[in-house]
Amino acid sequence: MTAELSQIWVYLAASPLLGLTVTLLAYQGAFWIYQRSGNNPLANPVLIAVTALVLFLTATGTTYETYFAGAQFVHFLLGPATLALAIPLYTQFKRVRAMLLPVLAGLLAGSLTAIVSAVLIGRLFGASQSTQLSLAPKSVTTPIAMGIAERIGGIPSLTAVLVIVTGILGALGARYVFDAMKLHDPAIRGFAIGIASHGIGTARAFQVNEQTGAFAALAMGLNGALTAMLVPALAHWLSPLIGH
Amino acid sequence: MLSALTQLLIFQLAGEVIVRGLALPVPGPVLGMLLLFSALILRGGPGKELQTTGSTLLQHLSLLFVPAGTGIMVHLHRVADEWLPLLLSLLISTAVTLVVTALVMKACQPRATTGEAP
Repeated sequence: MTAELSQIWVYLAASPLLGLTVTLLAYQGAFWIYQRSGNNPLANPVLIAVTALVLFLTATGTTYETYFAGAQFVHFLLGPATLALAIPLYTQFKRVRAMLLPVLAGLLAGSLTAIVSAVLIGRLFGASQSTQLSLAPKSVTTPIAMGIAERIGGIPSLTAVLVIVTGILGALGARYVFDAMKLHDPAIRGFAIGIASHGIGTARAFQVNEQTGAFAALAMGLNGALTAMLVPALAHWLSPLIGH
Repeated sequence: MLSALTQLLIFQLAGEVIVRGLALPVPGPVLGMLLLFSALILRGGPGKELQTTGSTLLQHLSLLFVPAGTGIMVHLHRVADEWLPLLLSLLISTAVTLVVTALVMKACQPRATTGEAP
């Protein structure tokens, strides 16, 4: 019996089916907890699902590569989902056009701040050089950030994790920051969330309302494009500062 | 559902091909999104099907970050060694970025659309 069970496990562990199924299970369980908590941002479903999966994979001795062979089917949908962001963007287009100047100014200021402050603060507190480079694209969505990290000599999979944590921090903390600033405009709130914390912040913004979500989606898309150009250009300027 | 998904993939593919063909620094899906956005403006909006499929994908956007996020298990050592600079950098940089973006936008906002503070 035990032998049979372990044979089944050997099959499952090597099959993409397991990685895919546990990803969906972990997320749905996490989402259930999130809803039960009354959509408390501290019960962020990404955070809960990732914690559960890391514990499960460690406990069963499954490597990340084996897990990802299945989970990549979910990961792949990030591309089409990025494309789908064009739809709420279109819906909000009139409002965006009326705010062209604030949108462009906010984009440039926010994008530069996100890159430079992450690297400099990391350096100030003693992060190693490759860690600093991995921090630079932390405010843009995972597939873009990983591409940037690879190009400038950071560690793409570390960047992926830093991006997720940044997204969770933004999704959790943004409302407190804005409330402290007495900032109520849903367009500005959404746009700033999208700049600072990409898709996870955007997902949270869509839960607040459609307009906040659309501006977050716009910011996330624009910042992805701008950061992809700024970081390689800034890498020259940042590298003497990075040292070590 | 199927034709909407096909449209999304075609625009993504177009984005990837152009980015590689012209060696642009922009990621393929981002260019694809801008192309789709332009198409929506020309077409006067997404059809019902694309609208529905798009909403479904975006509704579960959080799920799509789970596989990459689980990658933290590979870097537990580095994270354990450098957790303080990492945490401070992410925390402070995220907060500062939120504040700077919001303040700059507020300062540049045209007077007509400035929301009154309650």
